[in-house]
Amino acid sequence: MTAPETPAPDAVLDCLGQRCPLPVIALARRLPSLPVGGVIRVLADDPAAAVDIPAWCRMRGQEFLGATAGPGYDVRRSR
Amino acid sequence: MIPSSVYLDAATAAPLHPVARQALLAALDDGWADPDRLYSAARRARQLLDAAREAAAEPLGVRPDELSFTASGTTAAHSAVLGGLVGRRRFGTGLVHSAIEHSAVLHAAQRHVAGGGTATEVPVDRLGRLDLDAWAAAVAAPGVALAALIAASHEVGTVQPVPAAAAACAAGGVPLYVDAAQSVGRVPVPEGWSVLTASARKWGGPPGVGLLVVRKGTRWESPWPADEHESGRTPGTVNLPAVVAAAASLRAAAADAAAQAARLAPLVDRIRSRVAAQVPDVEVVGDPDDRLPHLVTFSCLYVDGEALLHALDRRGFAVSSGSSCTSSTLRPSHVLEAMGVLSHGNVRVSLHSGTTDADVERFLAELPGIVADLRAEAGVVGL
Repeated sequence: MTAPETPAPDAVLDCLGQRCPLPVIALARRLPSLPVGGVIRVLADDPAAAVDIPAWCRMRGQEFLGATAGPGYDVRRSR
Repeated sequence: MIPSSVYLDAATAAPLHPVARQALLAALDDGWADPDRLYSAARRARQLLDAAREAAAEPLGVRPDELSFTASGTTAAHSAVLGGLVGRRRFGTGLVHSAIEHSAVLHAAQRHVAGGGTATEVPVDRLGRLDLDAWAAAVAAPGVALAALIAASHEVGTVQPVPAAAAACAAGGVPLYVDAAQSVGRVPVPEGWSVLTASARKWGGPPGVGLLVVRKGTRWESPWPADEHESGRTPGTVNLPAVVAAAASLRAAAADAAAQAARLAPLVDRIRSRVAAQVPDVEVVGDPDDRLPHLVTFSCLYVDGEALLHALDRRGFAVSSGSSCTSSTLRPSHVLEAMGVLSHGNVRVSLHSGTTDADVERFLAELPGIVADLRAEAGVVGL
């Protein structure tokens, strides 16, 4: 899953040490501040984030780009 | 005022069936002696044990000598996996299992791998149904000793394609172990397996009784130190009063299963549709049609699962959750993870023969407000 070659995101959200659902809530609050097409990286070490961030993207029609080192999760604002 | 309690966690343990209570009390008087000894009290105990074995075998459609009682459903699952692997070690050390097996099966698989064996996990789709093509390929690989598939998911209720999975196993001569803990006493047991396990407390029997069924001709060897009890399949003297209660209640539950399924399945359908319609941002998970009649699972976006369980408990509702914050390991349910569905704010509701229409209505009436209050407290409304 780790992709060290991932291009730099437009914003980074540090949710390390936070338990779910907090990283997902932080993502939902922050993403609208990015322009459509912008990419945010959520740094989250709660194991549930690996499940819940892609699931949130699916429920909200946003684009989940994948997991990165960090551990992080890249999301593109698509609407 | 403390609200009246509504117990909706039958998938963990159903309330004790009246038949189980009656049989348990009677067997405490008549079934305390060791069935293997040679005196009259022991012979009475032996008769009770033999009768219990016949009573439990009949609804499963198996021979009494194929069925053993174990100290729990978990012990039965461990025995099924490890014994199936030991019995076929000459053919290989490969175990194939679905990604949504019960943790008892996965823990046995971890033990097998730690001992030098291999385990191949077969994925499921978004509804929690086995990927049959991947399964067929996995069981056809060389060196597979055993395959394990849960009959229906204990977390989301999706019924698994056991007959097709069994056919793939049979084509390669691989025995299939089916964990039928959520199915026995509720729905007919699927065909095609070589080893099957169940747990009495799921059908209204007492805790501390499991069933291990090994079909004739199956290469299975006890993974435990040698012991003569239960045809050498499970060590230690059985808890005979509990076994008698388990068998009597299984017969009663199986006789009533079709009627209960016909009554509970519409209640589950009602929960699925009303929760989806009346709770915003909720994901109702599992197969909408091909599912167990008594179990329904959903996840509420932005809600902490532990806080939700406590809030429901304060209103008298007992349910369980697959959310990470409710587990001792702080990991989300591996079943929800394998399906790729939301894991936080997760609730599993499971019904039993004592669940009434009014119970379900009260739950459905209160849930939207409880979730709304939690979201308001967390400041996540409108996200």
